[in-house]
Amino acid sequence: MDIDYIVAHIPMFGKAASLTISLALAGILLSLLIGLVCALVRYFHVPVLHRIVGGYIELSRNTPLMIQLFFLYYGLTRVGIMLEGVTCAIVGLAFLGGGYMAEAIRSGLEAVGRAQIESGLSIGLSRPQLIRYVVLPQAMAVAVPAIAANTIFLIKETSVFSIIALPDLMYVAKDLMKEGHSNESNLMLVVSYLILILPVSLFFTVLERRMRRAGLGS
Amino acid sequence: MLDSVASIFLSGRNMSRLMEGLAVTLEISVISVVLSMLLGIFVGLAMTSRNRLVLAGTRIYLEIIRVMPILVLLFLFYYSLSKIWGINLSAMSVAILVFTLWGTAEMADLVRGAITSMPRHQRESGRAIGLTESQINRYIIIPQAVRRLLPGVINLTTRMIKTTPFVFFINVPDLVKVGQQIVEITGMRNAMASFWVYGLIFLIYFIICYPISCFSVYLERKWES
Repeated sequence: MDIDYIVAHIPMFGKAASLTISLALAGILLSLLIGLVCALVRYFHVPVLHRIVGGYIELSRNTPLMIQLFFLYYGLTRVGIMLEGVTCAIVGLAFLGGGYMAEAIRSGLEAVGRAQIESGLSIGLSRPQLIRYVVLPQAMAVAVPAIAANTIFLIKETSVFSIIALPDLMYVAKDLMKEGHSNESNLMLVVSYLILILPVSLFFTVLERRMRRAGLGS
Repeated sequence: MLDSVASIFLSGRNMSRLMEGLAVTLEISVISVVLSMLLGIFVGLAMTSRNRLVLAGTRIYLEIIRVMPILVLLFLFYYSLSKIWGINLSAMSVAILVFTLWGTAEMADLVRGAITSMPRHQRESGRAIGLTESQINRYIIIPQAVRRLLPGVINLTTRMIKTTPFVFFINVPDLVKVGQQIVEITGMRNAMASFWVYGLIFLIYFIICYPISCFSVYLERKWES
């Protein structure tokens, strides 16, 4: 183990990690947005859209991100859709995550009792008000553990971005391995991902505990 | 268009090579899933033990595996650990080893969940009507635990199948790797190769995983009522 080598390459890994973080952040936020919209469409059985969303959810949940990226990045350019690496990564992650988040949020929505909705309607709330003040707060509280698991899953999935030539952590590590420093770069890799994922994991543990204390939906 | 598609898949041994790649993908999936299920049951039982050392050990194992991306584990085992331990493992064995380590951890957690969520009165009622401990396990605990377990296990199976493309990174000649090689060769004379080949691989994964997912939903619905 060459400590000097590791120290010399910390900035390189830092830069790669910041790329991973920004791609993951953008992808996960978009996933949540797509997931929320899809879950609401499914929950309220919006005609036509409901079927399209159902198909999308199945497609995104039953195919690997890596193949989605290969298709987006290398396949679609052939039919005239050019996506830049960064865009492609975010679109791919959001496509995958959207399906997972939709299922997580939908299970939360389904946990909200019919009586809640009927009570809301009977006191004269409009549909948007009903969603905003009655359904979503309760549904989100139930969905937090699933959303947490999905978030961590998506962060881990970002590790494949090097296949579309993005200089992320795996990309840098692979480069250093070519120079014959596989042990050092693997150590850096493990430490980098620990630094990335452990705080997120801890944050969700605390959040889940707080949500449970609120006793919503129970 | 049809001509161009035909020229990609029918030229040379392209289609049979893709099928060979698919066989490798399926081999890794089946072996790791089966091993994970078996080992996971034992580790899961260990996780319900009262021995603190066993509890701490299994907990640490689960958390480490959970936090690390599978790709990092593959790199670690393929490029470093085999050297440090002085064992020369083929890429294929490393893939199966890593997937089994991960699958066992996830399976163990499912087993633990299924057992600990079992209400205590189930066992106590069994005792009250005079069943022996092994009868209680055989007729009361295990059938219920299996029901709770199955949807999660099926879900884990599709997750493991969907993770197999990662073996591409350690040069296992799986479906994805073969696909990429075909794109590289055929792509020079047929620009649409990447579209059709990656499109087909996308479809193959969907055709494998979708029925399995449907089965899980079906079981959940059936047992709910």
